[in-house]
Amino acid sequence: MDFNRIKEKLNILADAAKYDVSCSSSGSNRKNKDNGLGDTGNGICHTYTEDGRCVSLLKILLTNHCIFDCAYCVTRKSNDIKRAAFKIQEVVDLTINFYRRNYIEGLFLSSGIFKSADYTMERLIAVAKKLREEENFNGYIHLKSIPGASDELMYEAGLYADRLSVNIEIPTISGLKLLAPDKKHEDFIKPMLKVKNEIIRYNEERKIIRSTAKYAPAGQSTQMIIGTTGESDKDIMYSATHFYKNYNMKRVYYSGYVPISTDSRLPCLGSEVPMLRENRLYQTDWLLRFYGFSVNEILDADHPNLEMDIDPKLMWALRNLNHFPVDINKAESRMLARIPGIGMGSVQKIINGRKFRNLSWDHLKKMGVALNRAKYFIICNSNDWERRDLDASKIKGMILQSQNGKFKNHYNNQLSLFN
Amino acid sequence: MNTTKTLIYDGSFNGFLTAVFIGFEQKITHADIQRQGQIQSGLFTETEIIFTNVEKAQRVWNGIRKKSNSAIKNVYFAFLSEQNTIEALLYHYIQKLMGSKYNGAMDFGDDCVLKINQLTHKVGREKHRMEAFVRFQLTKDEVYFSNIEPDFDVLPLISKHFRNRYADQQWIIYDLKRKYGLYYDMNTVEMISLDLTDIHANNLEKNSVFTDAEYEYQELWNNYFKSTTIKSRINTKLHVQHVPKRYWKYLSEKKETI
Repeated sequence: MDFNRIKEKLNILADAAKYDVSCSSSGSNRKNKDNGLGDTGNGICHTYTEDGRCVSLLKILLTNHCIFDCAYCVTRKSNDIKRAAFKIQEVVDLTINFYRRNYIEGLFLSSGIFKSADYTMERLIAVAKKLREEENFNGYIHLKSIPGASDELMYEAGLYADRLSVNIEIPTISGLKLLAPDKKHEDFIKPMLKVKNEIIRYNEERKIIRSTAKYAPAGQSTQMIIGTTGESDKDIMYSATHFYKNYNMKRVYYSGYVPISTDSRLPCLGSEVPMLRENRLYQTDWLLRFYGFSVNEILDADHPNLEMDIDPKLMWALRNLNHFPVDINKAESRMLARIPGIGMGSVQKIINGRKFRNLSWDHLKKMGVALNRAKYFIICNSNDWERRDLDASKIKGMILQSQNGKFKNHYNNQLSLFN
Repeated sequence: MNTTKTLIYDGSFNGFLTAVFIGFEQKITHADIQRQGQIQSGLFTETEIIFTNVEKAQRVWNGIRKKSNSAIKNVYFAFLSEQNTIEALLYHYIQKLMGSKYNGAMDFGDDCVLKINQLTHKVGREKHRMEAFVRFQLTKDEVYFSNIEPDFDVLPLISKHFRNRYADQQWIIYDLKRKYGLYYDMNTVEMISLDLTDIHANNLEKNSVFTDAEYEYQELWNNYFKSTTIKSRINTKLHVQHVPKRYWKYLSEKKETI
């Protein structure tokens, strides 16, 4: 193996793949087979890059040659960058050798589209097949579904991969027309639909024949770029909900747009990555998936955007003060989960702990509840609670004063006197 | 009747459980269970040396498990935290567990339960970190070798994970702090202790015990680590929070930084 050449390729093709934010290696149930190599489980982040993102998979492109010219993408045809391509065996060797040293949980393989969608998809599948069949590799494999790939190939891909994903990238159809004129919305949807249907079919068959082979056991995910086409948070979250519901997505990722182009349709180079907005969107995503909220409670026609200075649950609570205060020692868990400053971990502790005794402020504090936010919304076993009839803006002001978050300078709008 | 007594055990988990058995048998309310070699006895307390008895230990283990499955995990994990006076705390915890009609392990309003829970959480996090931060280096006799220095004694907890994952290669994970390690010979995992002359952390200098290709792959990995960083999103605080500096010397991707 020519290490110097491989090193050069790896630098180019890892650099091009890093804008894909998905890095999860959990959710699969593939187990080590015949004393071979690898196993999957809850997912492990083996290291973190200096920007704080987890590295759990070897995330690379097979090639960054591409026939498309999507404005938001570094590997677009018209971009003047170094191009490279891995051979199939090279990707296999890298994956196995990194895995054996406990660097990674597996492979995340994506690619620029060369020749045609099917030709590219075939190459991706060939890598996965070789890993599974020749190397008896049971680690995690995440393959990108190439938009426009045929149903037959998508079927085959699911036999070897743990997870498949298509990035829809632009949350609105009009935005897609503007930024990626060569791509059609249907091309993204088709492989997604095929994979979804196959997963359902395999699960049905497994109920009858237990030994039915695995088909994409970790399901599908997708990704949207935030802040390219002036879309609202409502557009993004409604679109995400659509994919969770209709395509049984395991995850939707939100990726703040990192300026990489001078194209006039996009935010200019040097403009800030919308990290705070990205964070608020993920918080909303969690509220929808784990906290029992539905999307129209948080975002609707009157409130199309999330507030940047407070988290979405607090935002919801301030708009719905009629539900509060909640009695910690009596309320059902559904309502406990809606109190700002209380996470699902604390909800479990409260539910269990209150069977033994009525809980007071002290108990809640020790359990890890963020009382600086929660105290305006609860009563507990104490004579001391918020008796003043405060309105939403008052509460918000008091909470903002009491916290010192890392994003504070992002939303501190008050003019300072001396600069 | 005895209410306070110092019990001295050999430091093993079975030894500790035996001490708990003796404590319950003699109806001791405050058992000050101490590890041999680290004894600090009170002036007027009675002392007894405990001889590890697997059968008695087993009875305590089964008794706790019958009460609650999460409690048995908590007891084992918290024990491995090696905290000062963890034994006395656990004794109190087990007393509480046996004395309560409900599942006492769920009494999160109680300080002792909360404390044990937090310790379990900490040890669990260290276990997970070791599953992530072990970096094997391939020696010339085809053993994948790794050094670690975990905050808690987590080797017994990670053994199964590595056995399931690296079933077709020989490997050693060696805890430098506690001077023992795990060796897998492609059949079983054994406990070993080595006479290491130097620490085989990820040095910049090459060591002749490792293969040449080993350093090529480290170089590739370090390059990958660098190219996957997005410069416009650098967030050093978050980076250090996830990968605390005390682990850096064992991570090949951080060796240049140190």
